[in-house]
Amino acid sequence: MSDLTKLTIKQAHEGLKNKEFTSVDLTKAYLEKAKKSDLNSFLSITEDLALAQAQEADKRIVMGDFGMLCGIPCAIKDAIMVQGQKCTAGSKILENYVAAYDATVIKKLKEQGAVILGKTNLDEFAMGGSGENSAYGPTKNPNDKTRVAGGSSSGSASSVAANEACYSLGSDTGGSIRLPASFCGAVGLKPTYGAVSRYGLIAFGSSLDQIGPITKNVEDAEIVFKAICGKDQKDATSSDYKYENSDVSLKGLRIGVPKEYFVKGIDKDVEKIIRTSIKKAEDAGAKIVEISLPNTEFALACYYIIAPCEASANLARFDGIKYGLSANGNDLLDVYLKSRGHGFGAEVKRRIMIGTYALSSGYYDAYYKKAQEVRQLIKQDFAKAFEKVDLIFCPVSPVPAIKIGERTGDPLAMYLMDIYTVSVNLAGLPGLSVPAGKIGDLPVGLQIIGNHFEENKILSVARELEKLAEK
Amino acid sequence: MISKEEVEHIAELSRLELTGEEVEKMQKDLSSILDYFDLLKKAPRIKAEFNAEKRGNELRKDEIISSYEMIDKLIADAPDKKDGYIKVKSIL
Repeated sequence: MSDLTKLTIKQAHEGLKNKEFTSVDLTKAYLEKAKKSDLNSFLSITEDLALAQAQEADKRIVMGDFGMLCGIPCAIKDAIMVQGQKCTAGSKILENYVAAYDATVIKKLKEQGAVILGKTNLDEFAMGGSGENSAYGPTKNPNDKTRVAGGSSSGSASSVAANEACYSLGSDTGGSIRLPASFCGAVGLKPTYGAVSRYGLIAFGSSLDQIGPITKNVEDAEIVFKAICGKDQKDATSSDYKYENSDVSLKGLRIGVPKEYFVKGIDKDVEKIIRTSIKKAEDAGAKIVEISLPNTEFALACYYIIAPCEASANLARFDGIKYGLSANGNDLLDVYLKSRGHGFGAEVKRRIMIGTYALSSGYYDAYYKKAQEVRQLIKQDFAKAFEKVDLIFCPVSPVPAIKIGERTGDPLAMYLMDIYTVSVNLAGLPGLSVPAGKIGDLPVGLQIIGNHFEENKILSVARELEKLAEK
Repeated sequence: MISKEEVEHIAELSRLELTGEEVEKMQKDLSSILDYFDLLKKAPRIKAEFNAEKRGNELRKDEIISSYEMIDKLIADAPDKKDGYIKVKSIL
């Protein structure tokens, strides 16, 4: 039998349907790879759960009534709760925390008959762009093990790129699905704010967080997105949204290229790859339109105020009382101070401090309120752009995967990697990273941004680009 | 540069115990990040609408969900518990 772990969801589904192999065969093949991995993709491998789910799936397959994801092994970011399994969020403070219930996305995957291989590594509480902020060590890039996998959904991207999982779920607050997908050479979709329920996702920035798929190709991203999207009573921000296929093609499509995204700071080779992709789209009949997003230069500062403000409130729940690590203290305040002081890592502390500072009396207007105003401007920029164009093409990151340790001493330099991704979250838009080329061994992703709830357009065009790349 | 006292004050508001070394590093990091935020002063002024969704209230039925099993699981996650209750240090 050929290597089962190389198959896409669709191919694996066909194999299961044609009885070429069973879900247990498939699951065992992946488990073997996941266990042998030297990338640190997984924080825990849920072997018993996976094998039990695979056996159940095989029963459904014999009955002949099963969907695309039935029996297909996946990996889940360790900030998304799977009942009865540890959920650490990459933090020491949740080292022994066991999830009491399933996230809605997990419930949906389980109903489809999915197989859960394990929980993947991430920057602590999803705060980071490189994966190096995990309390359990950095995730290595499968294309070059001296480099980062990108973050924060580091293990979700590396596991898929290294065939340790057929697909995975990540979460994206400021680029955390798109960035690692770009660095590892996978497809990553950050859906529209409200398209997917966040119930059971450990909250970071609630006005920004979205769960989405990381996959081997665009078709798979569509399959997983279809399975997890839609209204959920348990997440009031989720929308009554049904995915509909689209066959929008590049011919005649108006593609916007923001001039502010190609200024200083972008790596020359990254720019070349993105420009080549844009040219290919043009050759296929798309109309390329230069657009302006005039408030782009403020996006990063805006994001790094709003996200930490929301995080400082969301992470107040980790108090050493309800769950997780609890340090001994003389009184209640002492328990709080010590549990949080010992339990959180440097970046999480830094963000809680920034958020608390920006929300504190005397500074609120200058930081939080100002950032909210700027967020409005950024939203307006995109709204105006989408009056003129159907989709926007731009880089995911100004650089390819960086060396492990290269930027860990300088938080601001690390934040700059998010410069092309944060605006999408601030505006609540969908964005996809699709492999566009390589610099040596290092993959570079093209970012495709669409208007609200137009994932179908993004995916349809990305599929066409994928085909063009194969030629 | 943000002062040591200011960092210590924010750390207390944040309920974070920081070591001397951490305070020093935080002074440096926060200062450079806050300096970067000054960029926003250049942004055009508008009246903030905030991020509130404009689609009105979301109502649902107030239903009782039988959840004794869930309660046990939630209590089990607490570091300190007794007789089905979470123990907290005395406050007064």
